[in-house]
Amino acid sequence: MPYYETVLIARQDLTDTQVKDIIAHLSKIITDAKGSIHKTEFWGLKNFAYRMNKGRKGHYILLEMDTAPDALHEMERQIRLHEDIVRHQTIRIETLSEGPSVMMDKGGRDDDKKPYKKPYNQEKDAA
Amino acid sequence: MSASDAPTVKRPFFRRKKTCPFTGPNAPEIDWKNTRLLSRYISERGKIIPSRITAVSQKKQRELAKAIKRARFMGLLPYLQHESNERPQSRR
Repeated sequence: MPYYETVLIARQDLTDTQVKDIIAHLSKIITDAKGSIHKTEFWGLKNFAYRMNKGRKGHYILLEMDTAPDALHEMERQIRLHEDIVRHQTIRIETLSEGPSVMMDKGGRDDDKKPYKKPYNQEKDAA
Repeated sequence: MSASDAPTVKRPFFRRKKTCPFTGPNAPEIDWKNTRLLSRYISERGKIIPSRITAVSQKKQRELAKAIKRARFMGLLPYLQHESNERPQSRR
């Protein structure tokens, strides 16, 4: 079965338990259809880069799963019906990831060596 | 691509041959969730920086552009920054 990764944004005024309920609800759809949830991550309350549905922040949730497309469609349908989910995005991935995603290791300094300064000087470029 | 990292010469318009930051053994993987990595390839205004400046290869630039767009959709990166206030002097 193909692998998918879905990221959801839940409204900011939800409590942690409500968010957990959403996760459980959606995971159940997948597991009922004999798919498996490989990973669930809760990234916490994050600020948006721009306003979305009049909100400024939201709870980010990542689900990684191995499931049949039908179950995924059903899950997405449920997501769309869910009023507390602001936005979602599903992407098919080639391989399941190992370990926590980049979003989880917060404090860790910039992974790759040099602090590569921005090479592009806004508008005034010659190149 | 053949990393001819010649020492910086004093020749007036010498430009060191840049190599793609996503090619090679320990190149970072392009992941739309990795905002810290992606944010290096957008301008202050929030635009995607052309590959001729960042030296990202064509193939990787396409991948990168897609990743940035995905991140934007999920509100991880801005579509535009510094909209009104103190616009950096315009070009034309």
